[in-house]
Amino acid sequence: MGDYVRQMPHQGSQDLARPPSAATRFHIDIPLLVLLLILTAYGLFVLYSASGQDMGAVIRQGRYFLVAYVIMICGAQISLQRYMRWAPWLYLLGVGTLLAVMFFGVGAKGAQRWLSIGGFRFQPSEIMKLVVPMAVAWYLAERTLPPRFVFVIVSLGLVGLPAALILQQPDLGTALLIAASGLFVLFMAGIGWRYMFGAALLAVASAWPAWMFVLKDYQKQRILTMLDPESDKLGAGWNIIQSKTAIGSGGWQGKGWLQGTQSRLDFLPESHTDFIIAVLAEEHGLRGVLLLVSLYLLILLRGFWIGLRAQSSYGRMMAGSLTLTFFVYVFVNMGMVAGLLPVVGVPLPLVSAGGTSIVTLMAGFGILMAVSTEKRMVSQ
Amino acid sequence: MPELIALKDPHRESRVYSARTVIAIAIVLGLLTVVFSRYYSLQVTEYESYKTQSERNRVQLQPLPPKRGLIYDRNGVLLADNRPSYILSVVRERVADLDTTLAELAALVPISEGDLENFQKKLQRRRPYEAVPLRFRLTEQERARLAVNRYRLPGVVVDAQLLRHYPYGELFSHALGYVGRINEREAFELDESDYRGTFHVGKVGVEKFYEDILHGEVGYQNVESNAHGRVLRVLERFAPVPGVDLTLHLDIRIQRAAIEALGDRRGAVVAIDPRTGGVLALVSTPGFDTNLFVNGISTADYSALRDSLDVPLFNRAIQGQYPPGSTVKPMMGMAGLESGLVTPETSVPDPGWYKLPGDSRRYRDWILRIRGTGHAPRVALKMAIAESCDVYFYDLARRLTIDRMHDYMQPYGFGQRTGVDTTNERPGVLPSTRWKREAMAQAWYPGETLSAGIGQGYMLATPMQLAVATSVMASKGQRKVPRLLKAIDGEPVAAPLLEPLIANDSNWASVYDGMREVVHGERGTAKKLAKGIQYEMGGKTGTAQVIGIAQNAVYNEDEVAERHRHHGLFIAFAPLEAPTIAVAIIVENGGGSSAASPIARKVIDTWLLGDAS
Repeated sequence: MGDYVRQMPHQGSQDLARPPSAATRFHIDIPLLVLLLILTAYGLFVLYSASGQDMGAVIRQGRYFLVAYVIMICGAQISLQRYMRWAPWLYLLGVGTLLAVMFFGVGAKGAQRWLSIGGFRFQPSEIMKLVVPMAVAWYLAERTLPPRFVFVIVSLGLVGLPAALILQQPDLGTALLIAASGLFVLFMAGIGWRYMFGAALLAVASAWPAWMFVLKDYQKQRILTMLDPESDKLGAGWNIIQSKTAIGSGGWQGKGWLQGTQSRLDFLPESHTDFIIAVLAEEHGLRGVLLLVSLYLLILLRGFWIGLRAQSSYGRMMAGSLTLTFFVYVFVNMGMVAGLLPVVGVPLPLVSAGGTSIVTLMAGFGILMAVSTEKRMVSQ
Repeated sequence: MPELIALKDPHRESRVYSARTVIAIAIVLGLLTVVFSRYYSLQVTEYESYKTQSERNRVQLQPLPPKRGLIYDRNGVLLADNRPSYILSVVRERVADLDTTLAELAALVPISEGDLENFQKKLQRRRPYEAVPLRFRLTEQERARLAVNRYRLPGVVVDAQLLRHYPYGELFSHALGYVGRINEREAFELDESDYRGTFHVGKVGVEKFYEDILHGEVGYQNVESNAHGRVLRVLERFAPVPGVDLTLHLDIRIQRAAIEALGDRRGAVVAIDPRTGGVLALVSTPGFDTNLFVNGISTADYSALRDSLDVPLFNRAIQGQYPPGSTVKPMMGMAGLESGLVTPETSVPDPGWYKLPGDSRRYRDWILRIRGTGHAPRVALKMAIAESCDVYFYDLARRLTIDRMHDYMQPYGFGQRTGVDTTNERPGVLPSTRWKREAMAQAWYPGETLSAGIGQGYMLATPMQLAVATSVMASKGQRKVPRLLKAIDGEPVAAPLLEPLIANDSNWASVYDGMREVVHGERGTAKKLAKGIQYEMGGKTGTAQVIGIAQNAVYNEDEVAERHRHHGLFIAFAPLEAPTIAVAIIVENGGGSSAASPIARKVIDTWLLGDAS
């Protein structure tokens, strides 16, 4: 363990000298917590305007945050060993519920994603965003890294099964996110470059069959709309045209808080959920976007930092995967609203209204904190 | 795979992980840069264009349709009015399922297939959040039914618009024309911005001819509205400029007198004031109720009008081209006098028929069948006009030759459109050797000159042309383009003048003498009109053959099917010493001029003596 002590930054050695702080005792990563608090506060501020100054929406969102922070802190208390031990059972439970959704699920907007138990509705696919990387990391942690061919294939199977179940719900966005979170584990585990090139080639080669046989009409339409929103100004292209207009008209300065005409006059659809970045960009300008992107970048860097300092390969892989998954949210959401990517249902993490993604994301940060404090506990 | 027994190597794992983290951070930074530069390009590089677009989103230019100009007759009687009418429209963007909404609407108010068809067409051309009209002229009850169900019909709008109404629909059907809903072709031709918010346009007649000034100029208001099209406040307003009010020369009294006199017969009456060129009456029967067309005529009503044997949609007054028959004789007489070929005293022998030199064919005078002989041993101009002697004019026509006849007749307006201010006028035919060569690629035969001399053969004229010719006669050569329009917003408008027809005064007097004799002479062909007359009238009867009658065959009215009977014509002007009205009348299949001449008396009585007559 001496190596780790030497590698630790200055502040770390101070921690050693002192009795463990409250933060350490409660497994809290202070920089990450502070960044998250700033981000969620900024998010609520934007939401107030995006929801049409609906204090009720802000309070509802605040309540979600409260629950999410509690879950995060509770999650941080659980040791990584326990997460690792639970991983296979959670995975089996998760796949089981996905199968249950398939047969007994509740539909909404043509997709069967929800399971209703005693009047409480939840979305099993959401939990799988955490469970899949946990399971893959569990599987690989026991084996030599970088993973051998057989392990890679088994890992891909672990990722592919739930992803396929979610894909047929159908929920392409979540399926892709879950697949990504599992694949990120493989990537961080050091999977060989030839696998990645192979996967890339396979992806390119499967583009045509996917277009022909897998993608639904509405999904193809979204891709076409992204490429040329003007082709369907009043239909599918409307969202993209309006969100780009909102962003562009914000300029550097922004129109001012509560002054965004695009959202205030209802031109911008989904202004408080998936398209909330457009409100932010319109009202706070590129300055606001820069602030937001900086916050995200700092959170990501902190995540990578936690991974680098992680004690176990399980912790490393989890930290890497969770951080990269968080990045995918940011990238896909910001990209789709600005017309860079097709519109998929991915929220702007910790800013968009909606409890489910907040709880999952914060639970993920709880695991990340468990990773970050694991080392310190051991170091003492 | 080289190793069989794999051992975990924490240092190697950690090294690999660090390397992967560096790569991951690089990718994250790279992709965030891509995303951020996208926002940069939207918010900085393209800022101006998106700012404009956002402003255009927020502020909408709403058209304010102008009020269409009113139309009055010369007495100030309102002929075309605007009345508030309720329109049912649909804002496509606010309707989730159009088919369901349309079905629900159809259950509340009757919606015809034509309505739906028009709606679907307009739907394709609408601007975002523009209300597309579905049903016009909602009744009180329909409005009430819609109001009750409004809560469950988002995107359905009922609002008021001014709509054309013709208080005397049938009386002025052919004189005024009508407006109708803008069709696809018109939408393409009309200036789109001028017609924002306007659903109707002049289709025919005065309504179409003066569309430019009747329509007015569209106004606009800048409103801040939300994406659902709801207006939050008016920012700026530019009021529309209403269309101008038109006063026409038409006189509802004459119009009514003419229609009543025509009764259920097919025919046309045109009356012109020779002093002004103003059209006092323009009648074609049967007519139709123009109000039917304002909101899209029903298919049943339209096919009834279109398929009627009486072709009510056909404007006989300006589109009907008839052989003018003997009504051209006064003009022919002028031609003879002016050319110097005859004097008032020149007479020709009249055995009741005429022969061209070197031709055995007999060109018969109409009198031959009645008396078995001519009008008199020798006939001069006055008698030739009064009794409508064909032989006199056969001889004159032969001596004049067809091309000179053409040149002398042309100033009266034959063979060309009169230029009256309405639509669909037809030019008629004034034959000449050149005309025949061009139109039929045939040479002119001498016999045809004789037919032309009595207004038969190739010659065709519209009642409007006959009225104009009569007006030229009545004003002794003053030529004016006939006008329906008398004043714009109270400002009088003069009829355009044409180069006058210069002729010797004594020649006019000679022809007037003959025309006076037609009505007032003892042997005049319209002497029945003189009974109880309080003024002097000049007239000329005419008959136009509908089917050719073989040489030597005798025409018997009773035996000929009604629609094959001759058309009756009559032209007249009065008072003789200072004419203020010139009329031309045709009664289709009237049998002869006696069907037409009493109508002239009624029309002129009404004009000169007022309703008291």
